[in-house]
Amino acid sequence: MSALALVAHQFRYDQKAFWRNPASVFFTVMFPVVLLLIFGAVFGGKHVELGNGESVKTTTYYVPAIITLAVISATMQGLAMSLVIAREDGRLKRSRGTPLPPWVFIAGRVGNSIVVAVLMLALLAAIGRVLFSVPIPWSDLPAVLVTLAIGAACFCTLGIALTAAIPSQDAAAPIVNALLLPLYFLSGIFIPDDELSSGVISFANHFPVRDFFEAFIQAYIPAAPGSGVDWGNLAVVAIWGVAGLLLAVKFFRWTPKGG
Amino acid sequence: MSYGETEAVRGIDLEVMPGEIFAFLGPNGAGKTTTVEILEGYRRRTGGEVVVLGEDPQRAGRAWRDRIGIVLQSCRVDPYLTVRESLALYAGYYQHPRPVDEVIVLVGLEGKADERARKLSGGQQRRLDVGMALVGDPELLFLDEPTTGFDPSARRQAWDVIAGLREIGKTVFLTTHYMDEAQRLADRVTIISGGEIVARGTPADLGQRGRQGATIRYRRDGEEVTVQTETPVQALHELTGEALARGEDLEGLEVTRPTLEDVYLQLTATAEAEDGAAE
Repeated sequence: MSALALVAHQFRYDQKAFWRNPASVFFTVMFPVVLLLIFGAVFGGKHVELGNGESVKTTTYYVPAIITLAVISATMQGLAMSLVIAREDGRLKRSRGTPLPPWVFIAGRVGNSIVVAVLMLALLAAIGRVLFSVPIPWSDLPAVLVTLAIGAACFCTLGIALTAAIPSQDAAAPIVNALLLPLYFLSGIFIPDDELSSGVISFANHFPVRDFFEAFIQAYIPAAPGSGVDWGNLAVVAIWGVAGLLLAVKFFRWTPKGG
Repeated sequence: MSYGETEAVRGIDLEVMPGEIFAFLGPNGAGKTTTVEILEGYRRRTGGEVVVLGEDPQRAGRAWRDRIGIVLQSCRVDPYLTVRESLALYAGYYQHPRPVDEVIVLVGLEGKADERARKLSGGQQRRLDVGMALVGDPELLFLDEPTTGFDPSARRQAWDVIAGLREIGKTVFLTTHYMDEAQRLADRVTIISGGEIVARGTPADLGQRGRQGATIRYRRDGEEVTVQTETPVQALHELTGEALARGEDLEGLEVTRPTLEDVYLQLTATAEAEDGAAE
């Protein structure tokens, strides 16, 4: 098999395992959908004032917000969890005992995460359109996809790097959630921007969740400040991604930590 | 022809012949897994020379990995893939895999081919694990304690699978802490204890090594009588002769030789005692 065929081979089985795993389907697919439905139903009639003073419907705000969460969940969270579980099961070590090049294994998992992230974009955009009449930004689609691709890739490397800090399967969910949940709150994913103090937002700006969210909102909402690809914020996300890559290369382990 | 030769851990020196089942036996913590991980290329050694299939495992690449199969001491298979899928996934990693259906038969999982691994028993999952090591059609298989924690029937089934590997011409490096497993499967056995080799030979040789005569047991007037003897035939002749002369029976009469298990316990206990003395 050529290297590319081998990546496709690995990816195919990663997909099967992903969709059959109730935990991954719930947290990666169902949870963002439920969040969007709840936020849409509870805060549907209200408006949010964006940074440039433009007022948009809360649902218009929450669709890109929850897509941001879903992308991070499919990549950083999903990879960190599934790689730690596979590592502690001994499956990573086992695959190193085969002729499979290690990068192919990782590429299969990363491919799986990115495909799921793109599916979540489509699913949440469609729900937003059908239930809450939030327009799909067809003309800005290239900008949306570029933003998603850069964000997804960076949160993948951060997820892989994070596995080095997770000692066991049981610790995976608490550590990942302890990092991400506060950042979702502080970055305006759950609580809209105009309800957060500027201090909170400038604090959140030190972390890539907020940078990615700002870039995504700019690409997704035509009324948002700026339009198209937000290269400034994406550059910050990319720096995080490169840092994640370096940490991952240095600290990623194939052998179980527990025994 | 030598398959591999190593001097590691504490001057371990061993050689495995093509086509044999080689058992590397020792109690927990004896250095079995360290040694086998050096042979598999997982662990870097601090000194000595290791050649496995003509290459140094810590420098060997994909082509070498194509020729070996590994079953780790503790490894869970992907719970959400079926038996057939896990085997097909691994088959794709190798240049010349065995047909998946053939492997399913070899590991005795015909009835479970389309069952997800999470629905399999521990023994069945372990046999799938062996199948995944086998599907690349390797020349040499490493099995690290393949039956630890099994119930007797699962162990017997796993043994049948391993014995079957010899019939298809595989070389097997088996580590175990069960004497009966080595006795049942291995062509040759090497016993390691405290990081040192304490005995080696065929299972039968090892039995000889520990022979200190036989034990004759019987009951007389309800009391257990034990006779240790170097010459069991003569001792038995005298005993039964006397009994016949008195017109009595020798109740519960039995003659036993030390089992391989006894030899093993004796050998490993000696090594541990010496270790203790040295510290």
